[in-house]
Amino acid sequence: MRRRVVITGMGVCAPNGIGLEAFSEALANGKSGIRFQPELEELGFGCQIAAKPELSDELLAQYFTPLQLRGLNATGIMYGVIAGADAWKDAGLSIADKEQPDWDSGILFGSGTLGVDKFREAMYQIDAKNVRRLGSTTVIQTMASGVSAYLGGILGCGNQVTTNSSACTTGTEGILMGYERIAYGQAERMLVGSCSDSGPYVWAGFDAMRILPRNYNDNPEAASRPMSASAEGFVPGSGAGAMVLESLESAQARGAKIYAEILGGTVNSGGQRGDGTMTAPNSEAVQRCISQAVVNAGIQNNDIDTINGHLTATSKDALEIANWSAALGRSGSDFPYINSFKGLFGHCLSAAGSIECVASVLQFNRSQVFGNLNCKDLHPEITDIITSDRIPQKTIKYQPTILAKASFGFGDVNACVIFKRYTD
Amino acid sequence: MNHEIKYNKLKDIVKVYLPEDVSVDAITLESNFISELNINSANLVDIVLDVEDEFDIMLENADMDKMQTVQDALGIIDAKLEAK
Repeated sequence: MRRRVVITGMGVCAPNGIGLEAFSEALANGKSGIRFQPELEELGFGCQIAAKPELSDELLAQYFTPLQLRGLNATGIMYGVIAGADAWKDAGLSIADKEQPDWDSGILFGSGTLGVDKFREAMYQIDAKNVRRLGSTTVIQTMASGVSAYLGGILGCGNQVTTNSSACTTGTEGILMGYERIAYGQAERMLVGSCSDSGPYVWAGFDAMRILPRNYNDNPEAASRPMSASAEGFVPGSGAGAMVLESLESAQARGAKIYAEILGGTVNSGGQRGDGTMTAPNSEAVQRCISQAVVNAGIQNNDIDTINGHLTATSKDALEIANWSAALGRSGSDFPYINSFKGLFGHCLSAAGSIECVASVLQFNRSQVFGNLNCKDLHPEITDIITSDRIPQKTIKYQPTILAKASFGFGDVNACVIFKRYTD
Repeated sequence: MNHEIKYNKLKDIVKVYLPEDVSVDAITLESNFISELNINSANLVDIVLDVEDEFDIMLENADMDKMQTVQDALGIIDAKLEAK
């Protein structure tokens, strides 16, 4: 018997807004977080634009002690701690006292690669035969679980504290893993989320693969074009998103506000078989993932009224729409509303799933479906499958009730989660 | 450099690593870094690096092992400065 699981807190550190208020306003108003990056130009990148949260020393001082800030050179940890601590506070939860952790609360915070800049700093020291000068923080800032370790210490969580990693699926997968831990009675609360470092050392590999747009360096806000006929590739992004998941009993017992219920979902892989490869999805696997998420959530295909896609702004967007349509058996004007937030803040890689899930859930409370940016010229292969009114160009007033969110990642991995509007 | 200046410089280095519930006033010559000032043992490594930078000296592994109290640290600093 699965217990019901709800979302009682959220936090976000996104390129177009830090904190729920700034972020939801940015989404509703189509504010972009994609900017020209002089650093990338100097290093000779083809794509010289990117999306990263704009941090200040004052902001960091609100989340880290002066000691923690000394030598802190891991942007993923900064973003993750801001989003995670905010979600915890938003849920109305307190920090465990000095002697005793909160045994019923855990953390599952994903990353792709963490502390890349710190690693680079260390490598220069090592190559200069200066190992002894590394100090004590190289390990904790570069271990994949560094972000959950920082959050675990700040909040004092005594349940499972861990990190998942599944490329661009990471954030969405993490929500399902946290959901399961609560649903099966192993925790009362799980802080789930994911982060992605910023900077050239994270993004260079994608530039080398020639999958980033190169013709928008002087027009960054138009560069990320999900579902558009003129899409040229994804804009690299970074940041973090976080949610506090909680058993319905626990949430009700402490009178917490509830953003939405998680009905379920699933993860799978295409095994890099069929049309799946290391970097391209196996369509059959994508469709199975969506279909099984629907079954796992105990709903019908027709119950879904809103979708937030993975939709990165590559040539694969039309294929993704075809897969949703085939999996749900819905097309034309019968297709749910669908959006991609990547037009606004690019593809935040391992942070994409968590930031986009936070954005998706905000739509319930605002009774809105956020608009898509940069797709006035919808790809004809998409409008062959669904009508253009299913893809709002601007934010519309609409009350979503059941929302499906999917993320896909390198390694041919997929995750699909089903959120439901919560009503007493 | 007189004793007072060295002591104050060392206190400035150490205070960054104190836990929130230990005040700078708790630092005395006899203070043990780990058992009395509650400094995380991993941070002793960082204190050594800060001392090296501040006094332009280099500590050996043996020095680090001997550095238990504030007085120990001052003694090591004195010896290194004299040897320069």
